[in-house]
Amino acid sequence: MLKVENIDVFYGDLQVLWDVSFEVKEGETVALVGANGAGKSTIIKTISGLNRPANGSIRFLDLHLDKIPSHKIIEHGIAHVPEGRRLFPEMTVRENLIMGSLCPRAKAKRDETMEWVFGLFPRLREREKQLTGTLSGGEQQMVAVGRGLMALPKLIMFDEPSLGLAPILVAEIFKIIQRIRQEGVTVLIVEQNTKQTLEICDRGYVLENGRILLSGTGQELLNNDHIKQAYLGI
Amino acid sequence: MTVFFQTLVSGILIGGIYALIGMGMTLIMGVMGIINLAHGQLMMVAMYITFVAYTFFHLDPYLSLFVAMPCLFFLGVAIQKFLLNPLMEVETIIPQNQVLMTVGIAIVLTEIARFIFSSTYRSVTTSYTGKVFFLGGISFNVAMTVAFLFAVTLTIVLFWFLLKTDLGRSIRATAQDKEAAILMGVNSRRITIITYGLGAALVASAGSLLIPIFYLFPDIGRPFTTKAFVITILGGMGSTVGAIFGGLTLGIAESMGATYIGMSYKEMVGLIIFLLVLIFLPGGLKRLTKV
Ligand SMILES: Nc1ncnc2c1ncn2[C@@H]1O[C@H](COP(=O)(O)OP(=O)(O)O)[C@@H](O)[C@H]1O
Ligand SMILES: [Mg+2]
Repeated sequence: MLKVENIDVFYGDLQVLWDVSFEVKEGETVALVGANGAGKSTIIKTISGLNRPANGSIRFLDLHLDKIPSHKIIEHGIAHVPEGRRLFPEMTVRENLIMGSLCPRAKAKRDETMEWVFGLFPRLREREKQLTGTLSGGEQQMVAVGRGLMALPKLIMFDEPSLGLAPILVAEIFKIIQRIRQEGVTVLIVEQNTKQTLEICDRGYVLENGRILLSGTGQELLNNDHIKQAYLGI
Repeated sequence: MTVFFQTLVSGILIGGIYALIGMGMTLIMGVMGIINLAHGQLMMVAMYITFVAYTFFHLDPYLSLFVAMPCLFFLGVAIQKFLLNPLMEVETIIPQNQVLMTVGIAIVLTEIARFIFSSTYRSVTTSYTGKVFFLGGISFNVAMTVAFLFAVTLTIVLFWFLLKTDLGRSIRATAQDKEAAILMGVNSRRITIITYGLGAALVASAGSLLIPIFYLFPDIGRPFTTKAFVITILGGMGSTVGAIFGGLTLGIAESMGATYIGMSYKEMVGLIIFLLVLIFLPGGLKRLTKV
């Protein structure tokens, strides 16, 4: 479904991704794990068109994503739930959700989708008219996930959804991600929370210093000695 | 006491129009992060359009509003598209360069007006110029009152647009987090163009509304750019609700200054408030209203 092939990405003169390739198949949950600064966010920002690869290609279904303007990516069915949530703080929960459904296909089903999102996150229904800048971290993350779902995506990409959340909330977010996958949405998740992420994913890739170091099923990676040492502290 | 209320009423009436000027400036500030130093000069252009429409086509200034606003919208669109946005293309250029560009635009607009109309003072004398009516012992200038009602109506329409339409929400979203807005499918370049057009149309409406009251000459833009700047800072840079309070505050302060200190100190009162706000309330009124 999504095929990233041999991309190099630079910030100015600084190269941060080297020859990165990976694939996400329809219906899968795929994880990209790696330490802080490894280049995980850069990868999904490049898929979203916020960064452009200097070399290589990114294909989604039969589209060349690296040639599509960033604001048009979402209408092709890719939602990006950014690191640090990036909500519109002076808008209400409802307005933030509406902002996720701007493209015609999603707009036509806006009310229906919002009911579905409120079903997934009952707490958001209670907070519907509250400005998101005043919500707790966990609630904000729910709005960010909900806003992504409002686009009715075929592929949803999560950038460190567990960042800064208390352990109970982390578990809740991971549960929601599994639920989204059951609804037939393909998931690409980027995390530093290596153990929990590898437990819920079908396949994973390990990123170190801007290069893909390892890949395999979640279980294979959990049993890998390097991963045990470097990421799981076993 | 009557003098006080009279002064207050005059201040509120002019303040409503200042709010229109300030809201346009504030939208531009919020979305592009720049102070538009051509704002008053855009209003001057709208005033000349209204003047020409009245002198040659006998169009009432309140009707010319519907001519001047679209004209200035398209002028604003052209300015953003062909003069301001190209400056963003160049990697190392900082937003300050766009501000410098607005200064250049202000000068060019003023000199074009001087070339066409000369520096002569112009005025539009309508049947209601200078007319007043009384309510509870306080006199209301008819032109100012009508202008105020127009300003309130336009403000309501603007807020409906910003709060209830997808385009309006996209403008607010871009101001709050541009990158996130792009991820939601907002074409941020198009939003900057629409926003500058909208800001220009709002200040144009103020121009048409003020023409029955003010003399018109090419340099009238500059003091209004200063006022717009003061209102934006007072309102807390980028807050549209703040701009309404900022506009009213400036209107009332100027009016009080003219009555109790002296007509010639009117402008100074506004600037003193401006300095006090910068020193004691750096976030502007937004710090108090939170929206
Ligand atoms: N906007 C930027 N400009 C310059 N360097 C950046 C920028 N964003 C990220 N980087 C650098 O790119 C590298 C990868 O960053 P990032 O993709 O954010 O890593 P991760 O998400 O894995 O923590 C880091 O060394 C970071 O400092
Ligand atoms: Mg990151």
